[in-house]
Amino acid sequence: MPKLRMTGRGLWITVLIVPPLAFVALFIVYPIISAFAYAFFDWQGLKRGAYVGLENFHTVLFVEPYRSWTLNAFKNNIIVFFALMVLQNGLGFILAYALWRELPGARFHRIAVFLPVVLSTIIVAYLFKLFYHPLFGVVNITLKSIGLGWMAQPWLGQSGTALWSIIVAQAWHMVGFPTLVFLAGMQRIPGEILDAVRMETESEWVKISKIVWPLVAPSATIVFTLLFVGAFNWFELPYIMGGLDGSPFGSTDVLGLYFYRTAFGNVSAGQQDFGLGSALAVLIFLFIAVIASVITVRLRAREIQI
Amino acid sequence: MSTTAGTATYYDRKGLLGTLGRDGLLQVILIANTIIMLAPIVIMIFSAFKTTPQIFQSPFGIPDFTQVGNFAKIWTQTNFLRYLINSFVVTGASMVLILTLGTMAAYAIGRYAFTGANFILMFFVAGLTLPLKLAIIPLFMLMRDLSILNNQLSLIFVYTAMGLPTTIFIMTGFIRTLPNELEDAARMDGASEARIMWSIMLPLVRPAMVIAGIQNVVPIWNDFFFPLVFIQNDDLKTLPQGLTTFMGEYTTDWGVLFSGLTLSAAPIILIYIVLSRQFIAGMTSGAVK
Repeated sequence: MPKLRMTGRGLWITVLIVPPLAFVALFIVYPIISAFAYAFFDWQGLKRGAYVGLENFHTVLFVEPYRSWTLNAFKNNIIVFFALMVLQNGLGFILAYALWRELPGARFHRIAVFLPVVLSTIIVAYLFKLFYHPLFGVVNITLKSIGLGWMAQPWLGQSGTALWSIIVAQAWHMVGFPTLVFLAGMQRIPGEILDAVRMETESEWVKISKIVWPLVAPSATIVFTLLFVGAFNWFELPYIMGGLDGSPFGSTDVLGLYFYRTAFGNVSAGQQDFGLGSALAVLIFLFIAVIASVITVRLRAREIQI
Repeated sequence: MSTTAGTATYYDRKGLLGTLGRDGLLQVILIANTIIMLAPIVIMIFSAFKTTPQIFQSPFGIPDFTQVGNFAKIWTQTNFLRYLINSFVVTGASMVLILTLGTMAAYAIGRYAFTGANFILMFFVAGLTLPLKLAIIPLFMLMRDLSILNNQLSLIFVYTAMGLPTTIFIMTGFIRTLPNELEDAARMDGASEARIMWSIMLPLVRPAMVIAGIQNVVPIWNDFFFPLVFIQNDDLKTLPQGLTTFMGEYTTDWGVLFSGLTLSAAPIILIYIVLSRQFIAGMTSGAVK
């Protein structure tokens, strides 16, 4: 009875597939599609009002004070992205290269560099907030004890240093991730290639720039894309270390924080707007999707050329 | 790697990196980095055993580890234990659902050739890099409509949905590589499809389940964003979220603050130190493929 067996198997496959499909459809696909729809309506608290077309988008992009807030958060995100590109991914590459040599203690160093990655962002945020304390934090105490007391300052309390202080905390937290992805890429470089290069050149720089770097291109594509998506989604560290308003004076405001504040922020201050929040979410989402795919396509093209 | 030994002398002849030698410089970088990585954690743990005046006077001093007053205060005077249990419940339930549903889908896609299998896999994998944070407003409304706002089910459902794409991606790839012979033999003997899956294939899938499990358990255990939006009731808060309440209450008692951070970090640090190889493989597996 081959026919009956087929329907039996079809039923079995359905039983296996439908529950997970339902979860992803209900809690990922449906909310993301709805996020787009929500942006075209006026919202009174949790109640959906009239269809307003592109008005929410117009407001967050062109109407003051939203326009300045949007631009400021966007500008800060750009700084965050480029700073982390150097601090997190750049250091990650150097550390990966050092670990790749398998020098004495490499195993221990590898475990240490990844240890902060497993910590909750909230723990990291509070830990560094305590370290940056102007009077009792270990950063200023250390500076004073080594004779650099003039450098001690309220790191999170002034616009000039606040965002950078949070960026440093983020780099400390996550540098282990690109390190290990790069390291995995380097470990896949065939030994024959390296031997051949050693015959050709004496320069370490040539070896890194012409061989190692091109051959870890797939790792680079991944860490660059993830960093980009992560940087423009950044929320927890600035929320804990700078506060809901991105203080001081909006210097630590970023798009993720601004979006959250607009959508769920201070209800008592009348600062809760699902329409404007959704418009921001759609804009951030489209920006991330477009740029991330451009990055991926361009970097993938580079991978193939080599 | 095999290249290390042979090249050391060769590079030592180069004047560029001076007396240190190239490997010496790299060793210095590694040691410096390891100190930078460990110092904040060591200071955190040391401070957890100090009184506030001791922290301010000698922030780097080695404490008397028998002074556990800060921990006692947390244990008896705060909701900390409650937060810890909540995190266990939410993470545990999510992991059970993720691994069960993920294995089901991956098994169907990986073991049976049916129309639409690739499309369904693409549907799942498409969710991989989407920042679900940005869909928080509709998610909030959905949870309200399902009447599970301020209920741990809201977290469990979201985490499960978030965990499925990576799990299905990793496990489908693995399940496809398993040999057919065992399965065919069992089918010949008249075993049902469910029986084949449960008794023959699932025991073979365990390594992929471990990888997928680790990749999901860390971000779920550490998540702060979804509890922030979904949970209001203090008795339902998870550890990262409860930590914000806690840190707000003890702003001047730094000893208690540091022991709160230490207590929150301890479980995952301990597991990581024991299972570092599996952790690193699990957390980087999606990116390394």
